[in-house]
Amino acid sequence: MPLTIGVPRETFPGEKRVATVPEVVEKLLKLGFAVAIERGAGEAANFTDAAYQAAGAQVLPDAASLWGSADIVFKVRPPSLAEVALMKEGATLIGFIWPAQNPELMQALVGKRATVLAMDCLPRQLSRAQKMDALTSMAGIAGYRAVIEAANAFGRFFAGQVTAAGKVPPAKVFVAGAGVAGLAAIGTAANLGAIVRANDTRSEVADQVKSLGGEFVRVDYEEEGAGAGGYAKEMSEGFKAAQRAMYAREVKDADIVITTALIPGKPAPKLITAEMVQTMRPGSVIVDMAAEQGGNCELTVPGEAVVRHGVTIIGYTDLPSRLARQASTLYATNLLRLAEELAKTKDGTIDVDFADDAIRGLTVIKNGEITWPAPPPQLPAAAPKPASATTLPAKPAAHGHGAGAPLAGGTLALLFGIGALLFWLVGAFAPTSFLSHFTVFVLACFVGYMVIWNVTPSLHTPLMSVTNAISSIIAIGALVQIAPPMGEAAAGERPDGWILGLAVLALLLTAINMFGGFAVTRRMLAMFRK
Amino acid sequence: MSSNLSAVAYLGATILFILSLGGLSNPETARRGNLYGVIGMALAVAATVFGPRVTLSGLPWIVGAMAIGGLIGLIAAKKVQMTQMPELVALMHSLVGLAACLVGFASYIDTSQPFAGAEKLIHELEIYVGIYIGAVTFSGSVIAFGKLSGKVSGKPVLLPGRHLVNLALALAVIYFGYAFLQAENIAAGMTPLTVMTVIGLLFGIHMVMAIGGADMPVVVSMLNSYSGWAAAATGFMLANDLLIVVGALVGSSGAILSYIMCRAMNRNFISVIAGGFGTGEGQKIGAGGTAPAGEVNPITAQETAELLLEAKKVIIVPGYGMAVAQAQHTVSEIVRVLREKGVEVRFGIHPVAGRMPGHMNVLLAEAKVPYDIVLEMDEINPDFPDTDVALVIGANDIVNPAAQEVPGSPIAGMPVLEVWKAKTSIVMKRSMASGYAGVDNPLFYKENNRMLFGDAKKTLDEVLAALKG
Repeated sequence: MPLTIGVPRETFPGEKRVATVPEVVEKLLKLGFAVAIERGAGEAANFTDAAYQAAGAQVLPDAASLWGSADIVFKVRPPSLAEVALMKEGATLIGFIWPAQNPELMQALVGKRATVLAMDCLPRQLSRAQKMDALTSMAGIAGYRAVIEAANAFGRFFAGQVTAAGKVPPAKVFVAGAGVAGLAAIGTAANLGAIVRANDTRSEVADQVKSLGGEFVRVDYEEEGAGAGGYAKEMSEGFKAAQRAMYAREVKDADIVITTALIPGKPAPKLITAEMVQTMRPGSVIVDMAAEQGGNCELTVPGEAVVRHGVTIIGYTDLPSRLARQASTLYATNLLRLAEELAKTKDGTIDVDFADDAIRGLTVIKNGEITWPAPPPQLPAAAPKPASATTLPAKPAAHGHGAGAPLAGGTLALLFGIGALLFWLVGAFAPTSFLSHFTVFVLACFVGYMVIWNVTPSLHTPLMSVTNAISSIIAIGALVQIAPPMGEAAAGERPDGWILGLAVLALLLTAINMFGGFAVTRRMLAMFRK
Repeated sequence: MSSNLSAVAYLGATILFILSLGGLSNPETARRGNLYGVIGMALAVAATVFGPRVTLSGLPWIVGAMAIGGLIGLIAAKKVQMTQMPELVALMHSLVGLAACLVGFASYIDTSQPFAGAEKLIHELEIYVGIYIGAVTFSGSVIAFGKLSGKVSGKPVLLPGRHLVNLALALAVIYFGYAFLQAENIAAGMTPLTVMTVIGLLFGIHMVMAIGGADMPVVVSMLNSYSGWAAAATGFMLANDLLIVVGALVGSSGAILSYIMCRAMNRNFISVIAGGFGTGEGQKIGAGGTAPAGEVNPITAQETAELLLEAKKVIIVPGYGMAVAQAQHTVSEIVRVLREKGVEVRFGIHPVAGRMPGHMNVLLAEAKVPYDIVLEMDEINPDFPDTDVALVIGANDIVNPAAQEVPGSPIAGMPVLEVWKAKTSIVMKRSMASGYAGVDNPLFYKENNRMLFGDAKKTLDEVLAALKG
């Protein structure tokens, strides 16, 4: 019996998102589920009931019938207690829950013997879990929207321009906290043409900031701020003082400040004081993305945009919802990925498998029993860091060939010693005629050495085929044996037939090589074109 | 032609050969370099034929042999597919080796130039060494040809106690060499000479059989070197400076190529020759490396095409898989389409990509990819962080981050193309199997990596269709 996934309309005031979109409905059906939608669930995000129906979903008239019939409920915001009351006994709920903040909700869900997967409890450091990481996808949207809100409230261009009407300086944006939201804000602001500076207590994000077109501002103080699970941790007093000084400087200079600093389980750090706001130019904008957790700015009013000392301070807590269509699509895809993990058999049933670290982390209630918080997953969480730190230096080449470094003195002396010994042996024992050939041989080796190092690597194949062709010079050895002028001395005993046979065969083989080698080299070289 | 005249002709030929190799320093001058080589060869052959050591009675034989051999060679050169270049080159090496053997035997039984005393000893020693090198080159190249063309399995064949076998063979060669030099007359010398030739052949087979497929570039260039030394040994044997010089040029060329290949794999030349990469050393996945965890993100051809179109900068890293699938023309077409749409596309070539040095460059050149967008590893590595998409086609070990990140990995320290630094990397592969080194590739599990499974040619055709569509 396939399970029914129900998607109710979000009831939180102002929430425009919806937990699934028509595109994803089709894919859920392929997993074997049936899908039911509450009438008007997607309206605020511009998804019509007709679109859902066309995708294969059933549209139910009201919340009661939806909650009553759904085996699995997809939600965005945590459900209200009234909604939980409508829920079917033993059903599964997937959405943002925030169990620490919502103990009553947890109790209500336990009462319904529900199984609850909280998207906010995903072990984010599992790389496998990233495709279901709704916090990340929502934060990315929020970061984008924060810049758009700032641009809306800001009275100037972002990009610098020289127009007939005069020169426009580019806007200066300062981003505090370079997490997912911060990075998205940096990228968006940089793409609009602003000069972007950013800071984060985790210095390893500096490269990411740069890669998005921002400039990383360091605090003049040595301390590493990467805490568990990739979040920032709280810093020492000395560091905080240095950080405040830096913030005061940066905020004074900036036209737009976007703050995203959060520490898990604590109120947001107050990075921007009222005095700092006073130093800003009138018309400047602060977007406080941490408003829901109390705000990074002392003057922030959560959920509202206010003007203080001539500076607009935006404390919206529903930034993702303000980009409802995009946010719904990404969130629905995150849920789809989770559904795929749960329904590995693709027959419309789910298996909440605690052997799977990602699923274990997500599950806060299983069959009416609280399983939150999950034990930390066993994984090499620290692996990426030592990996990047232990990047091996390129091994020095063993020999000093070519453009490499000069040989070590000892090795060089040894080589010269061996060379001298060999030369002495040759000089002492070999006949004169050999010596002249030997001279030629050694010099030719050196010439070869010098010439070959100049060959460009892209021509190594032609080099091989041409040296191959040239080595058929061995034909000369065959040629001189085919019909040499007979010396008087030993003319009689020479087995002419054998020699002729061997030599002609050798000549034939080398001729293949000679003609073939040069011809194929020519063919190859003709192909190299600009 | 007097002997003095033929001597200066030889000198001229020598200079032309050096210029020929020197010309390969860039593609512009390379074509002329090849021409110098042809002229040099013609000059050398003509000077010999019309020189003092050849009488007119041999002319019909010479013309006949050269005509037949030449025709075969030209046909082979015309027919060969560029993907088969390594095989052709290996086969040609075997011809040089065989010819060196034949000339050596002929020279031994030739009594037209009597030697005595130390000269006789040296002459016979030269014959012995020359035939030995020739025999090793011949059989080794034939096996290499078999491995490259798939007629012989590419897996290393490791006999138990193979180093002892090699040692025994070497001692036998020395022993029979002594017997050969002591031989009273030619008939008596023939036996040790023949036995040694057989040993040489066996040694060549054994040596190349023990070498794995990924080490083939080293083997091919090493055999290249041997064929040169065989020619040089023949030169000593016949007291011919031209042969000595050319042999030395070719020999050092091959030696340098082998060295470059070894360095590109961060391997010791001796260990490559000793054979059996990644086996027997007991650290398949070394101390520091756990098997990479996580999961791979597959991608479709359609999505690949979209990513490529959205990118500003693309780097393509081809490997042997592209050659196997004969996908170079499709790749070239994709590059053309992307460049027309204003995407900057370049190629990054690892020195040991493919089965012989420079293999990839030749394939891309064949498919009419302009050579100025085909860059070497060292040139392109710093550009990966600015690159939107790095497309890896049929390569594995040469893009394995374990070489830099896992100190215990068998390929640790090998220089690799840093594709994982690109914003997105796409790896085209038939399956998740590991490369020739037998090392798992953590790249596949990276967050910014996508896997495009399937036959390279077929998948690339789909990508191309999506790009055009």
